[in-house]
Amino acid sequence: MSAVEVTRDTGTPVELRQIRKSYAGNTVLHGVDLDIAAGEFVSLLGPSGCGKTTALRVLAGLEQADSGEVIFDGRDVSRVPVNRRDIGMVFQSYSLFPHLSVLANTAFGLRRRKVPKPLALRRAAESLELVGLAAFADRFPHQLSGGQQQRVALARALVTEPRVLLLDEPLSALDAKVRVSLRDEIRRIQLRLGITTVFVTHDQEEALAVSDRVAVMGSGLIEQIGTPEDLYLRPATATVAEFVGLSSRVPGAAHADRVTVFGQELPLRTPLPDGAVVVYLRPENVRLAGAGEPGVDAIVVESSFLGSFRRTVVRTADDIELSVQHPATDTVTIGERLRIALVPTPVMAAAAN
Amino acid sequence: MAAMTPAGFAPGRATRWLIAVLVGVAFAVPLVSMLLFTLRDEDTGGYTLVHWTGLFSPANARALSPLWEGLGNSLVLAAFTVALVLVLLAPTMILVNLRFPRLRRLFEFLVLLPISIPAIVLVVGLAPIYLAIGRTVGTGAWTLGFAYGITVLPFAFRAIQAAIDAIDLRTLTEAARSLGASWPAVILQVLAPNLRTGLMAASLISTAVVLGEFTIASLLNRRVLQTALLVVGKMDSSAAAIFSLLALVLAFLLLLAIGRAGRLNLGKDR
Repeated sequence: MSAVEVTRDTGTPVELRQIRKSYAGNTVLHGVDLDIAAGEFVSLLGPSGCGKTTALRVLAGLEQADSGEVIFDGRDVSRVPVNRRDIGMVFQSYSLFPHLSVLANTAFGLRRRKVPKPLALRRAAESLELVGLAAFADRFPHQLSGGQQQRVALARALVTEPRVLLLDEPLSALDAKVRVSLRDEIRRIQLRLGITTVFVTHDQEEALAVSDRVAVMGSGLIEQIGTPEDLYLRPATATVAEFVGLSSRVPGAAHADRVTVFGQELPLRTPLPDGAVVVYLRPENVRLAGAGEPGVDAIVVESSFLGSFRRTVVRTADDIELSVQHPATDTVTIGERLRIALVPTPVMAAAAN
Repeated sequence: MAAMTPAGFAPGRATRWLIAVLVGVAFAVPLVSMLLFTLRDEDTGGYTLVHWTGLFSPANARALSPLWEGLGNSLVLAAFTVALVLVLLAPTMILVNLRFPRLRRLFEFLVLLPISIPAIVLVVGLAPIYLAIGRTVGTGAWTLGFAYGITVLPFAFRAIQAAIDAIDLRTLTEAARSLGASWPAVILQVLAPNLRTGLMAASLISTAVVLGEFTIASLLNRRVLQTALLVVGKMDSSAAAIFSLLALVLAFLLLLAIGRAGRLNLGKDR
């Protein structure tokens, strides 16, 4: 694709050990452990306020943890200031230096590392080529679109060949189309350079699409870390089930390792004490049923065509809404009465409160 | 309100010119009067350049020496005060904005205080301090810069804070740090260039304040431009008028420069 070949054999393994952090008595991180393999792309996913950005900032050295260790390549770097940690970071807000051209911005990190100017400029130009912006080298940041600015920020972060690439919601200020294309491009470049990458996002689709593994965070802890498939198919906690993928919340009754929903019995992924529970049903856990089959009657509220399949939202007589995924060949009309049934696969549930 | 009105309600071209002319006249009348005064020949009632040329004639050297000395001292003081603003105030403001944002209000209050304290009150407090300064660092003209550093605080603060508010200080700093910049590099390579207009305005306005300051210098028995003007004015009113005129014109040019500094476009690639 371009002239640069910045191929490297391995990235740097990175580890967080028992990181605790609080601000003014308010604990944000409750002992976070995270083990990232060399060259791995890990996302920190969670709602705002879950501590994902703080964890990233501790990793970067922009924040000092109250206790715990940050380990790069087996060495504790907790006390190493951010400018000597050898990281590359892309921020949520536009962070290009307004007074410098795109090329000078990109060369900034090399110049701070005392790389001679001609060499720094040459490598900066190569890095810009990597993100497809070689033609914009002489522009100034204010002459670029948001997506282009973030690309330059990426080129600037990568040019020093940092040990770790840290991405703090770099796509959230961009519009949807640019977001998807830049997301895929980041992943492509990351795979090519083999650089260890930590990506903070609140967008589960984004995290699932590009990561080797996703760490779902909730209130200062990692709830579950696993491959996107793991999280989606085998959520460990209710929070994960709710946050990853699309789930409908449906009331049910638990008894040991089974749960009764709409008169149907389903296996529970994790056993719960007997009593009322909330069951998380994926659209593919629900199917359209024939008139005589066991199931529950519902009315079609909305239906969207998604190419190979259709996703339909129905409402039951008890005013419960749930999504159903079904073949596009089963046409439905809004307001239509139909019958739905549950696919007998293990489901996630949590005690109702 | 004028700033907020849509274009349709903005004053017309004629009105704007009228305002410009009226303001211009208000400024020009005293300046032109002073100029005429310095050109007046007391004996004949005509005009002459003798007062201007007299500034450089050896015959007047002794009488005018306080003026030259005062001017020199004032320029040294201006330079020292500007250095204080750039080396002490600007980094402190960056630090407060980055690290101690909760202190911002207190800091602003303290820094704006000098504007509400009459110079004479300031001097009462400063006199014993200058006794100590005199003993420790000597009685050089530049030492008055410590006091001037305080009097220019409110003006310099406003100019710099406006520039800080106009950029994303935190993100620029963190980006630079993550790229390997030391703190001095962050301030000199990244923040200073982006705060340039504010730093420039702060420097120019500090210079203008120092060149125009009279009360503190007079009460502390220092010879600066303004006190010298008073002394010389008693003997040679024309010479004093010439210096006042030049000081005013200089201040006017500084103000113009401040206005320009605010409109300079972004710098070139290094």
